[in-house]
Amino acid sequence: MTEVTFKIFRYKPGVIDPPRYDTFKIEVDEQMSVLDVLEKLRINDETLTYRHSCHHGSCGTCGMLVNGKEVLACVANVLALGTTEVTVEPLRNAPLVSDLVVSMEPFFNKYAPVEMPLIRQSEYLPEGKPSEEVGSYTRYESCLECGLCLSACPVVATDPAYLGPAALAAAARVVQEPRGQDVPAILQMVDNAEGCWRCHSAMECSEVCPNDVDPGSMIMYLRQHLISDKLKHLF
Amino acid sequence: MLAEEYKRPEPLLPKKNWERWFSVTKKGVGAWAFALHRLTGILLVLYLFLHFYVLRTLTQGAAAYDNMVQFMESPILILLEVGLVAVIIYHGLNGLRLMLMALNIGVRQHKIMFWTVIVLTVFVSLIAAILMFH
Repeated sequence: MTEVTFKIFRYKPGVIDPPRYDTFKIEVDEQMSVLDVLEKLRINDETLTYRHSCHHGSCGTCGMLVNGKEVLACVANVLALGTTEVTVEPLRNAPLVSDLVVSMEPFFNKYAPVEMPLIRQSEYLPEGKPSEEVGSYTRYESCLECGLCLSACPVVATDPAYLGPAALAAAARVVQEPRGQDVPAILQMVDNAEGCWRCHSAMECSEVCPNDVDPGSMIMYLRQHLISDKLKHLF
Repeated sequence: MLAEEYKRPEPLLPKKNWERWFSVTKKGVGAWAFALHRLTGILLVLYLFLHFYVLRTLTQGAAAYDNMVQFMESPILILLEVGLVAVIIYHGLNGLRLMLMALNIGVRQHKIMFWTVIVLTVFVSLIAAILMFH
């Protein structure tokens, strides 16, 4: 067991206002994640607010800043951080609701219009042999809709109108594999100053993405697609 | 409650846009490349006006221009000019890196490309420094 000091951002409109950092010393073992620590702390302080669900990095709800970097708290091992002082803060570039919880409303307002189908056909695990009960394996889209990419993006930080990496990556997936979607309409949605051309290629979205969606590369794919479309129309 | 009604408290985020552009601590190589590109871009715009100011002496006769050239030969200004070379080389080469990325070329190698840009910038700036101080 190692003693680690946790500095946790606290803010509740009208209650803990102005915001502050609460400091806790807690013994952690090598298995514990940041989310485990938050749950342990919540036993003594039930006003501590954070969002979580699956505990294994597949629901994308526990995104937060740990030592200034966007991570999913459930898979962020505390001792692997390599420091005995850990700062936990809510994601950037999103309206703050309470403590470590941000509103995902702006994220979904941009993400939902792309209407990316949830199940992808391009990677269907051909080598897998499912049991009779399962029938066939299905590969779901990789994006967890956690919002870490929007928090890390320096363009989202200064331009709220920017469509953002998650929605653009979803749009690129539709272009790559339409599955009945209206590709020209999607391309029209992203081919403007607040779409894929607004990206400044900082690639921070890909740096923090917990599921290797690589939104930065997907944005570049959209650009290449649009450039080649425009060139084809010239000749 | 609508999202717009929630207010982000300070001092969690830097207030001004320029502070957000240059908030690179804990960020990856790409964020540094972005911040440096923006910084060198701003410096080049400022330099453009300085350049016009220097050229303006041409309209004031040969003697005025000669005086300005003599002033520019001071070691401090030569050092600043070496800095200018570094700024131009970085911005130009990183601009090429960004163009390649926009064409979906070498996107996954963007970190290697960034370090190549840095090495070339340092190398060319050193050559420029040697030539300009001799």
